[in-house]
Amino acid sequence: MLRILLNALHTGVVTTRYPAEPSVPPDRFRGLPVLRPGSHLPPPSVCPTGALSEHVDGGRRHVGLDVARCVFCGRCAEDPWAGAITMGRDFELAARCRDDLRIEVVADDPAVPAAGPASDPAAEAAHASSEIHRVLGRSLHLRHIDAGSCNACDWELTALLNPVYDVRRLGIDFVASPRHADGVVVTGSVTRNLETAVRRTLEAIPDPRVVIAVGACAASGGIVGESYASAGGVDRVLPVDVYIPGCPPRPEAIIFGILVAVGRLDARRLSASGDGTPSHFEA
Amino acid sequence: MVALRAGALGSVEADVGPRPSDLTVRLGRTGDLPAAAAVLIGSHAMALATVVATDETTTPDHDLKVRYVFEPTTPGTPDRFVTLLVSVDSARPEVPSLTTAVPAANWHEREMQDLFGIVPVGHPDPRPLVVHDGWPQGVFPLRKAFDASRRVPVQPAAEFPHLVAEGEGVFEIPVGPIHAGIIEPGHFRFTSVGETVLNLEARLFYTHRGLEKRMEGLLPLDAFYVAERICGVCSVAHGLGYCEALEQIAGVDAPPRARLIRSIALELERLYNHVGDVGNICAGAAFHYGTTTGMRLKERLQQLNERVAGNRFLRGLVIPGGVRLDLPADLLGVIAATLQDTLAGLDSLMERIEANPSVVDRLDDTGVLQRQAALDLAVAGVAARASGVDRDARREHPHGAFAGPEPPDLHVVTVSDGDVMARMNVRALEARESIRLVGELVRRLLPGPLGVALPEPLPGGRIGISAIESPRGEAVHWLRTDASGRVERYHLRSPSYHNWPAVVLAAQTAIVPDFPLVNKSFELCYSCTDR
Repeated sequence: MLRILLNALHTGVVTTRYPAEPSVPPDRFRGLPVLRPGSHLPPPSVCPTGALSEHVDGGRRHVGLDVARCVFCGRCAEDPWAGAITMGRDFELAARCRDDLRIEVVADDPAVPAAGPASDPAAEAAHASSEIHRVLGRSLHLRHIDAGSCNACDWELTALLNPVYDVRRLGIDFVASPRHADGVVVTGSVTRNLETAVRRTLEAIPDPRVVIAVGACAASGGIVGESYASAGGVDRVLPVDVYIPGCPPRPEAIIFGILVAVGRLDARRLSASGDGTPSHFEA
Repeated sequence: MVALRAGALGSVEADVGPRPSDLTVRLGRTGDLPAAAAVLIGSHAMALATVVATDETTTPDHDLKVRYVFEPTTPGTPDRFVTLLVSVDSARPEVPSLTTAVPAANWHEREMQDLFGIVPVGHPDPRPLVVHDGWPQGVFPLRKAFDASRRVPVQPAAEFPHLVAEGEGVFEIPVGPIHAGIIEPGHFRFTSVGETVLNLEARLFYTHRGLEKRMEGLLPLDAFYVAERICGVCSVAHGLGYCEALEQIAGVDAPPRARLIRSIALELERLYNHVGDVGNICAGAAFHYGTTTGMRLKERLQQLNERVAGNRFLRGLVIPGGVRLDLPADLLGVIAATLQDTLAGLDSLMERIEANPSVVDRLDDTGVLQRQAALDLAVAGVAARASGVDRDARREHPHGAFAGPEPPDLHVVTVSDGDVMARMNVRALEARESIRLVGELVRRLLPGPLGVALPEPLPGGRIGISAIESPRGEAVHWLRTDASGRVERYHLRSPSYHNWPAVVLAAQTAIVPDFPLVNKSFELCYSCTDR
């Protein structure tokens, strides 16, 4: 017992200060891809999940990126397209609307700025002042549903409870029963074999409740897509309040998304080039 | 071959392949299958490695085929797979079941019945395995005629068919598929009297995502990103297994430096899993200091992963042909320092566990898996080695740096007790061995290219097979290209696929409250079992 106490004292405090202080990912981290307008952008076929798209409008080639579908593999930023797309280090990507995660740039005319997100700011504001925030306040108790994930997102949720991230310090916790929960974090694309269980779990949670889709599969179907075995994303089965991109999203990215869900941080509305730094306020 | 001929079988033709060291034996009659399997297992001490069904009705053969792949079990036997190949009439798709004689064939046969409609005649338990909830009769999603994008609506679920016991004081405890913690989905049905488990049935495949079908028709370089994402904690192992199978088809070898980096990545993956798993076993025994210490050590290793690969699960490091990222000297320094700290932390944690009688008492003699049961079920990895089965795919099927001319030394850890304590100790010893091995692999690194280009298009109609020692044990990958060089069929047999039935056996020797502990001591993946 004494040894355990001494070991604990020797280890000291290992807990991060995020989000009060920013987290800087290592150099090799692959975050939000940055598309350079007017450059030699890759064809959509380079993307293994179909996150890249293109269309011609007014004689100009437009290239779109669906960040919810991106698995951050970095393939589109490799030769021969290196430079046209670079993998940024931005990881705080949670958004309230799926459309806020779509980026579009014009590929063949450097003078034309990129198009903005398609969402409606008024709807965004209405969201932020919704019933959820009135009733739940700043704290959030969540139930996890694995709806058919590869387990990577699940392990990152588990990591939120380790001594480094310790999300209980932020008033966030994971509970055993949906009856005790204010909402769910869902990982995976919703398999056919889990669809009934996913619906029933949500029904067991009292209203108002939030649904947070964690990772590319939950947010969009990701690498799994839609098939005989998979619905292709949580919003095909449940209404989703917050989408957290990533494959998997790193723990701080999930913390960011959960704090967005309770209105303590601003959701992302990606501008076309993918900049637009999130604010680190604690309201 | 001689033994197979002597077995008074009908027509038997043998060819070399898929690899030059392998043998494929075509059986003229499907009825000869049990006798041929008995020869391989009985006379050659081989075990079932995987079973791969294919739909070849659109080829000139106009049939379905099943390949039963066997591997040697005697340590020191050269790397070899022997495939028994049978042709199945698509109008009357039946094969004799091997399950009664070869228990490891059980789930393989039920899976091919669900996905291909190939009936294992004489199977003792032919319930559906992979498809749940009112899946329509006669619809087989891995047949080529089934449209990959077709959605099959969910029907109201019937009661899970299981063995029912009746009597005074007998009751059932249904658990899952949605669990109380942050874990993967599975349904466990306990039948118990008081705390004693009479029977346990596990229903899995809730995370069946249809990934093997998803990969069909893709360019093999695109399908790699699916293989790498079959399982989070086996990302390196499954990515590498797919790459090695693909590189065989392409006829290329990854260069030496890439092989070393691949093996370093594989050991880093094993290390963060094993260290985390030791902590999770402490959680099963309510030893919270051990749980948080394991979590903290694992977190440090995953932060290292992010520095090395740009991803906390090491995704994006291994690619077909080699590796995507180099390990420069400064990163090697960071790796060495982190691993030294991990070693000290792990030693201290194991000391605290061993010094704590209330923990030791929970782990000793709990959830015993007998050696014979491990052999019968072809159990892999930590679970096998903790029951005295001396097998490790790094030695039996050399891959990564082990495939070179002078493979690194490898100390394969075995313990004979087969209980939770044994599985924890094997992990702790293997974690230390991984740390030592990374040091040795780093010392062997010489400047050189990181990859080779694969030919485009890839050769058509070829098979690649590989076996990788993942953190959970041996994973067998089987890949074939179609005439245009695209993925025609890919199959993964994960270690967890063979180990799940062993969890059920071990848990039946324990009391209900010890199930989480027994389960954590095996620490199997649902996602790479279900695919």
